[in-house]
Amino acid sequence: MANKLLVAPSPHVQTSQSTARIMRDVVIALVPALIISTVFFGWSVLCVTALSVASCVVFEYLIQRFLVGGKSTVGNWSAVVTGVLLAFNLPASIPWWIVVIGAFVAIAIAKMTFGGLGKNPFNPALVGRVFLLIAYPVQMTSFPAPVNEAFDAWSGATPLAAVKHGAAAGMFDVQDLLLGNMPGSLGEVAALALLVGFAYLLWRRVITWHIPVTILATMAVFAFVVALSRGAGEAALWQFPLFHILAGGAMLGAIFMATDYSTSPMTVRGGVIFAVGIGLITMCIRLWGAYPEGMSFAILIMNSTVPLINKYVKPKRFGVK
Amino acid sequence: MKTFPIGGVHPSENKLSCGKAIEVLPLPDVVAIPLAQHIGAPAVAKVAKGDKVLTGQLIAEAGSFMSANIHSPVSGTVTAVDLVPNGQGIRQMMITIKREGDEWAEGIDRSETLVRECSLPASEIVAKIKDAGIVGMGGATFPTHVKLSVPPGKKAEALIINGVECEPYLTSDHRTMLEHGEELLVGVTILMKALDVKSAYVGIENNKPDAIAHLRKLAAQYPGVEIVPLTVKYPQGGEKQLIAAIMGRQVPPPPALPIDVGAVVCNASTTYAVYRAVQKNMPLIERVVTITGKGLKEPKNLLARMGTPIETLIAAAGGLPEDAGKVINGGPMMGRAMVNLASPVTKGCSGITVMSGRDAVRREASQCIKCAKCVAACPMGLEPYLLSKMTQKKGWETLEAQMITSCIECGCCQSTCPAYLPLLDWIRLGKQTVMGIIRQRAAAAAPKK
Repeated sequence: MANKLLVAPSPHVQTSQSTARIMRDVVIALVPALIISTVFFGWSVLCVTALSVASCVVFEYLIQRFLVGGKSTVGNWSAVVTGVLLAFNLPASIPWWIVVIGAFVAIAIAKMTFGGLGKNPFNPALVGRVFLLIAYPVQMTSFPAPVNEAFDAWSGATPLAAVKHGAAAGMFDVQDLLLGNMPGSLGEVAALALLVGFAYLLWRRVITWHIPVTILATMAVFAFVVALSRGAGEAALWQFPLFHILAGGAMLGAIFMATDYSTSPMTVRGGVIFAVGIGLITMCIRLWGAYPEGMSFAILIMNSTVPLINKYVKPKRFGVK
Repeated sequence: MKTFPIGGVHPSENKLSCGKAIEVLPLPDVVAIPLAQHIGAPAVAKVAKGDKVLTGQLIAEAGSFMSANIHSPVSGTVTAVDLVPNGQGIRQMMITIKREGDEWAEGIDRSETLVRECSLPASEIVAKIKDAGIVGMGGATFPTHVKLSVPPGKKAEALIINGVECEPYLTSDHRTMLEHGEELLVGVTILMKALDVKSAYVGIENNKPDAIAHLRKLAAQYPGVEIVPLTVKYPQGGEKQLIAAIMGRQVPPPPALPIDVGAVVCNASTTYAVYRAVQKNMPLIERVVTITGKGLKEPKNLLARMGTPIETLIAAAGGLPEDAGKVINGGPMMGRAMVNLASPVTKGCSGITVMSGRDAVRREASQCIKCAKCVAACPMGLEPYLLSKMTQKKGWETLEAQMITSCIECGCCQSTCPAYLPLLDWIRLGKQTVMGIIRQRAAAAAPKK
């Protein structure tokens, strides 16, 4: 017989997806928000993002090469995703060296220490962001304002900070919130662009809708109940929930951070529990905590519950009542 | 549209040969008949070297209740009863027969005339099916008479005919339903009688609208028989998935069987074979085999005698292409890769899929990224990533608790893994080990005689 035949156990077909393709899709899904952000905050957005991505990739490569050993994993694009997401969580005006430190914390401490992609318990980009928020609070909360009269009175405070200090949620134009015409971290402001990215991820089957939709729904319901208990008027009853799911890092966190594979549960039911937790903690911090925004903390706190959720929340087994 | 409740994937269907009518393959010069080509005990050879045999003559007898008779697919001389390498290169007892002409044993009706009426009682129907050596022809090769012998205390409520053919590429059941629809439906009524059930469902995936329409038209004359179109989703044709899709009942985890939810499932080609066995006294000596693959000149459906070398079938489809990398006995999801193309067509061989070299090579595995796609794909609601990992760690107790024995080895997990992890390779190993442990435990607990 001329041909040499290969032998392997079934199945004999493999998916057309790959780790690299999935990660690349996440990056593609983030591009619309990056473009909108550049429009509002200028070229510094692209500089911060490029620096963050480059730092993450270089740190991962160096650590793999000199400390961990084994085949280089930078080709799987996951460091690029971490880089973009970290940048999206920073103000556009951030000094360059803080970006590099954030990238180091994200990749070296939060990711590679645990064995790299798939093994990190906490979202690397969020660990980087929270570290920077605590270490460099001034630089991390000085947001450049986009050109928009509505924000003059708040001198660069984010809408969430403004509301925290007594502004009414209804004073913000829904259109501005959707488009991202407000101060904030560079990638979180454009809710509409993030939703476009969400649609792309769903279409490419990178993520399912359960976690993002549950987080946003939990937040909306929570805000609605709070508004109701405060005896808010009819307009505020829908403005308040809408404001909370559009402002701050809600969209970015729900769509891109909470859905991170290795730091979210393995089952749909587990994911829903995880997402409800994120929604509740976020709203508690936003309404009653010291920080105006609680998304990052909420996701990290719920990240820590993932092993427990995976252990106790099992898929619906076939044939078991 | 009905479908099963949990998981599933949708691999490219590639039904290249679905429009090709069944062709009769010329008789082979030499056939090799394995004694173990069904689940259960191997058959016991009733012939020896030098014996003359006729087509359709019994040459090996069921070795126990859970076994099946085997008949000679040709007439000629037995040249050996010996160990011969099978498709996987493993030496197996086979009866080798050199063909001389095609002389048939007495009492077999080879005409195409439709015989609709069957006045036999249930016990005689089952006996005839047992005599004819009928086993599940979808690939599982479970002896059909065992399925029809409902254990005391249990009751069959419905018969399900599996015309799903959810494996990519394969079309042998599809062609059988189209070309032998009437006979198949008579087979259904015979099986209904054997089981004493009032209703039967023929489940067909919606990618075979011609078969659905054809059988629907014919089924009008067969009371109690309903044609059920199903969503195209793999593994729709898995026994448990099919029962769940059609009856909405889930078979509990092993050792429970379909009969525990009142269902008996029988493959479409098997049902046609049942018709021929009961109405025509025709033993199971030939079957439709799909020869397919993107590199093949002429993918087709061949009616071949059992024992015909696979390479003869491939030659009839234009020969093995230059770039062939893998030849699979069955479809790409659950079929077995072959090393020996001289090995014979057996009762469970529904198709031969030839893959090109490029498609045949497994891509290099990287590390698990916890994407959970395997969990979402598992039609049994298991966690393949966990089962695979725990097998590597030899955590047998955990594996048992995590229900590894429920795995049906459909391959959804591995085919959907973006890190190309050999999930099912590990799970098979873990499942076999855990099943061994369970058997040992049962043996130790059983009272000593």
